[in-house]
Amino acid sequence: MYVYDEYDQKIIDERVAQFRDQTDRFLAGEITGAEFLPLRLQNGLYLQRLAPMLRIAVPYGLMNSAQLRKLAEISRTYDKGYAHISTRQNVQLNWPMLAEVPDILAELAMVQMHAIQTSGNCIRNTTTDQFAGVACDELEDPRPYCEIIRQWSTLHPEFAFLPRKFKIAVCGTTQDRAAIHHHDIGIELLTNDQGKVGLKILVGGGLGRTPVIGSVVCEWLEKKHLLTYLEAILRVYNQHGRRDNKYKARIKILVKAMGVDAFREAVEYEWSALKDGPSTLTDEEMARARSFFNAPDYQVLDGAVAKSELEKQCDREPIFGNWVKRNTEYHRVPGYRIVTISLKATGFAPGDITAEQFELLAELSDLYAFGEIRSTHQQNLVLGDVQTSQLYPLWQELQAAGLATPNIGYLTDIICCPGGDYCSLANAKSLPVAEAIQTRFENLDYLYDLGPLELNISGCMNACGHHHIGHIGILGVDKKGQEFYQVCLGGSQSKDASIGNILGPSFKQEDMPDVIDNILSTYVILRQEEESFLDTYRRVGIAPFKERVYAQAD
Amino acid sequence: MPRLIKHGKITDDTWAPLDPQSALPTAGTICTLEQWLQLTDKHGSAVQLEPGQPPAPLSDYLDQILLVVINFPVFTDGRGFSYGRELRERGYCGELRAGGHFIRDQLTYLRRCGFDAFQMDNDLELEAALASLGDFTEHYQAAIDQPLPLFRRRAHITH
Repeated sequence: MYVYDEYDQKIIDERVAQFRDQTDRFLAGEITGAEFLPLRLQNGLYLQRLAPMLRIAVPYGLMNSAQLRKLAEISRTYDKGYAHISTRQNVQLNWPMLAEVPDILAELAMVQMHAIQTSGNCIRNTTTDQFAGVACDELEDPRPYCEIIRQWSTLHPEFAFLPRKFKIAVCGTTQDRAAIHHHDIGIELLTNDQGKVGLKILVGGGLGRTPVIGSVVCEWLEKKHLLTYLEAILRVYNQHGRRDNKYKARIKILVKAMGVDAFREAVEYEWSALKDGPSTLTDEEMARARSFFNAPDYQVLDGAVAKSELEKQCDREPIFGNWVKRNTEYHRVPGYRIVTISLKATGFAPGDITAEQFELLAELSDLYAFGEIRSTHQQNLVLGDVQTSQLYPLWQELQAAGLATPNIGYLTDIICCPGGDYCSLANAKSLPVAEAIQTRFENLDYLYDLGPLELNISGCMNACGHHHIGHIGILGVDKKGQEFYQVCLGGSQSKDASIGNILGPSFKQEDMPDVIDNILSTYVILRQEEESFLDTYRRVGIAPFKERVYAQAD
Repeated sequence: MPRLIKHGKITDDTWAPLDPQSALPTAGTICTLEQWLQLTDKHGSAVQLEPGQPPAPLSDYLDQILLVVINFPVFTDGRGFSYGRELRERGYCGELRAGGHFIRDQLTYLRRCGFDAFQMDNDLELEAALASLGDFTEHYQAAIDQPLPLFRRRAHITH
């Protein structure tokens, strides 16, 4: 993974000192709350319902074991001994003290971490495929480009006070696991007709109040132009994005208002002045960025032997076999697997992780996975490189720590924002809904029979729980001071991206497990052979679901 | 006389402030964009741009203008950062001043975007604001103060 040199360290250290001074001035009453607001937000600090929330950046979801240990220590010393993995692959602390935040940032800087631009109207943490570099279907590792974007966007002087937040995602596979169609800018590594790998650039996708699928602003761009082209897009947005209404301020609204062709023209005009300038990437810089993501020291293993050994172990212990089937993926190197660690055990808030679990995972990643771990936008963790022969001891350790729930990609692997229990923006609680659904559908056989199913819950329109792109999406709404839940069906975050359709009037919290049950029963009746929920929905439409759910409700 | 930071020092402002009511301001007075557009001779002129007024109309006169003030009525409206940078990129060499309600924590960014003068709401803040110009000694991106991005300047390949 990327390792700081003295320049990176200096920038991060200076940022810590600057924020310490800003916090001191705020606590001393020298700056107003309104002035402190964007300053703290650009350092990931929200003032929440019960306490501040600090969002720590995990650039493109990659961490090492030293960083995990530091997160454990911080969550124990400065918080209540646990943390939360967010849908932007970041780590959130729910209970830090404002006055101690500069100390937390100083601790983070010691392990090359920070909280820069994890919030606020600026360029946020760039996200990517959690299987980057190890996926079988990958054209090229997207992480070097994520790191190049991270450096360019960090403390960018021109784009720190944008109309609204700005999110970029990069993917390098045909199967998009980074939801690039739903980002302000989505970048796909793509081969052109000459066989050269370049970048396809999408713009204006997003969730929130107005969900939109991104439009292609550039079909294929030479990699060296990455930064100048991004700079041109941001410059158009910074000057012309709406600032009169925060709900109309995202770039998707600007792209829609201008039309993508006119938007592209404006970008090309700005780009003409920047193209081939000093920010054009050099071959040396791209090689340097790539060098941090070289394959680790894999052993040469016989894939067939490894597979048959694993099968034997799975047969001997079916619970282990089931976990292997549900929570591991094929790896590009024979004899290795990718392991997803579920943070979706029933009874725990989706994405929550304790200090002890952090420490255990640090140890396990050192033992089995070259000391690296990844966070996912589905709020789980991933060990990218585990030898097939080590899966069994790894599973035993995970099992003992409550980290081996075999539900990756199934209904109970719920994406869920912290909701009204923590977040001051929320209209409704999301965690109790997630838990009630997990409790209702604990039967694993039924879960597996339902097949791949993404259920996403957001506590408000801001859509941190990505409800629009869940196969089933749940949105908390406020109706005359009461918490209600709206359901949408048919969203997808993959290549075949789509935005869910609203089922109908919203429901009370206690009715939600029944509503989900009715939706699932309808699917089970209507599906043909191995048809997935999403495919069935796309074939039959929303009507039969509507009929069943509201007939029962009456 | 109002004070401001100019070229890293606190100094007096010698320009007469904006008078939007006046039909045609006298020499030595800062013009609104509307007033400035009516000037027959733009040599030695000074003009203030508001958010929503990109600097394009100034393009043909960049070597005649002595002062461009970019006003920040609210510090969270970041359009002026792009305006400043574009003016410098198009070759403007005169004084580029940030005015209005920006805050000292933005000074480093403003300077990086080509601003060399800062006039703040509150004169008393100037000392502290001056100090904040030293908040960062290194940057990743290319900007007006450092036209080469860090990746072209890294002293050695570290990995």
